Parts: sequence; structure tokens; C-alpha cells
Amino acid sequence: MIDFLKQPWPWYIVGPLIGLMVPLLLIVGNKSFGISSSMRHICAACIPANISFFKYDWKKEAWNLFFIGGIFMGGLIATYWFANPNPIMVNPALAKELAQYGITDYSALVPVQLFNWQVLFTLKGILMIIGGGFLVGFGTRYAGGCTSGHAITGLSTLQFPSLIATICFMIGGFLMANFILPIILSL
Amino acid sequence: MNVNNMQNDNRSLDTICLNESKLKHTPFHFVKYILIGILFGLLLVKAEIVSWYRIQEMFRLQSFHMYGIIGSAVVVGMVSVLLIKRFNIKTIYGEPIVFQSKPFNKGQVYGGLLFGLGWAITGACPGPLYAQIGSGATIIIVTLLSAIVGTWFYGLIREKLPH
Repeated sequence: MIDFLKQPWPWYIVGPLIGLMVPLLLIVGNKSFGISSSMRHICAACIPANISFFKYDWKKEAWNLFFIGGIFMGGLIATYWFANPNPIMVNPALAKELAQYGITDYSALVPVQLFNWQVLFTLKGILMIIGGGFLVGFGTRYAGGCTSGHAITGLSTLQFPSLIATICFMIGGFLMANFILPIILSL
Repeated sequence: MNVNNMQNDNRSLDTICLNESKLKHTPFHFVKYILIGILFGLLLVKAEIVSWYRIQEMFRLQSFHMYGIIGSAVVVGMVSVLLIKRFNIKTIYGEPIVFQSKPFNKGQVYGGLLFGLGWAITGACPGPLYAQIGSGATIIIVTLLSAIVGTWFYGLIREKLPH
């Protein structure tokens, strides 16, 4: 059983379970499944700086902060008790492409050759770790949600704006992965 | 505009911010959200949604995995929401479940594109950032802090941006 759980879990089990997050959060407390707003609550709690966007009672949204605390713990549990002992399997075409940039380590889900404390102080590291993070935070808030809030909750509740947002996420991702990221990776 | 109105107006920009319970809860009630978060974090890691490689495969159309996850999640979410509406299902505290509509604004296009660019670089949307840190990738703390700065910067210049 434990050996089975250590394997990567298939999409047709995990996808539906993630879909169930939507009714689960609604039923236990009328909450909309969404994560990026947690970063807004952190800003409101720690660095509101008299900006009207952060002037609201973040304590009323405290559930979201407990939720992300849980996600952190879930990541920890998955890695320390249910870690996959085998190297990560990727499409051979991707492995071939990444090998050109010297990325050959498939021991962790976050590539250790791209994301580590030494790389942080190089141009590539600044662009990927700091620049990438900034775009995620700025973009999700500008869009009013991320993959969970727009793509899953928004589409589940048939929100047309969420469909537009989701399409734009995908367009941005395609442009970056296929045209811009190769330049960054070859730095 | 009085302060309360302004606050509601502000919070409604994120529809997530408006559904608060009128009930008084003990701090113990937050345990539910920690448990649901743990389940979600487990799913994110074990289905490799937090994997940078999986995100690259998705954006290069090299794997069905992520499309399968998001697609099946949306179908299950949609059916659940239909059932909640059809049978008028209430919360465990007996309150009616409310759905807010998200009004369209240009932010969904500009912000969506910017987030997409970031997603393909970091290989993580906001949920996976927390799970990646939990999985031991401590450097992602910097990515998360940068994302929080990005959120803050959006708040700072929001009035000057097209919406």
C-alpha cells in the first residue's frame, strides 16, 4: 500500500479530488477555493502601507492563511513519508531539450540545477527566481485569481471572465516556455 | 463614500473576499482549513503538479497529464456546483451557499498573460509555491517573497493600470 502511494498519483484520481475542493470549501464554510488572494492578505497584514487595496479586515479572510499553512504541511508530508524513490519521468523530447541547457538532474520536482541558493546570485537566477515570482504575484492579482480561483472555481461556476483569464494564462505560458525561456536557460 | 462601503468595494474586487460567515467561531474552526490544505498539498505533490517539468511539458504539449488534472477537476467542480444549486445544499452551519459572479475587466487579459509568463518560468502557480517550500525546496521562499512583493506592487500602482 505504502509502495503504491509512493508512486506518482495518476491524473484521473487527483483531478477529480481537486475538483472536490470546490464543494468541500463551500460546504464547510462558504469559502471560494482560491489561493493567490492569500498573498494579498499577507500584504494587508504585514505591509499595508496605507494603500487602499490593502485596507480591509484581513482577519475575516484568515481561513485562507490556515489553508496555505495546510498546503505547506501537505507538501512536507508528501515528501518525507510518500516520496517517490525513482527519478522523475519526463517526455524524452523535453529531456533532450533540457540537456542542451545542462539540466540533467531529475531527483526533485523542483530542478535543483535551476533553483538553488547559489544560482540566486546569477542573472539567470534573478530572472527565474525573483522575476518569475514577481510575475506570478503581480499577474495573479491583476487577473483577480490564479489557476485555482479562475481555472477551477471560476470555470466550475461558469464565469465567462474566468475562461478569458484561463486562456490568457495558457497563452502567456506557451509564449514563455517556447520562445522566451530557452533564451533565459541558455544564459 | 464611508469607510465600510469602501472596504466592501475593495474586498469585492477579489470575489473570494466577500463570503464571510455571520456566525461566531472559535479558533478551533480553522482546523478544518488546515486539514483541507494538507490534503490539497499532498495531491499537488503526489500528482507532480508542483513539478517544474510537468509545467514545461504542459506548455510544450508534450504530456496530457496537466490537462487531464485541470479538465477533470473542472468537470467535477462544475457538477458539484450544479448539485449544490439544484438541491439547495447548505453549509454545515446551515447557512445558504452563495456564489459571486466575477465581473469582466481588462486585468483578466493583461494580468492573465503576465501570470502565464511567470507560471512557465517558476513552474508553479501560487498553491504549488507553498507545497514546493514544504517539499524542502527552501529557495522557493525567495520566489514566494517576490510574488508577495509583486502583489504589493500591483496594489501600489493599481489605479494607474487599465482595468
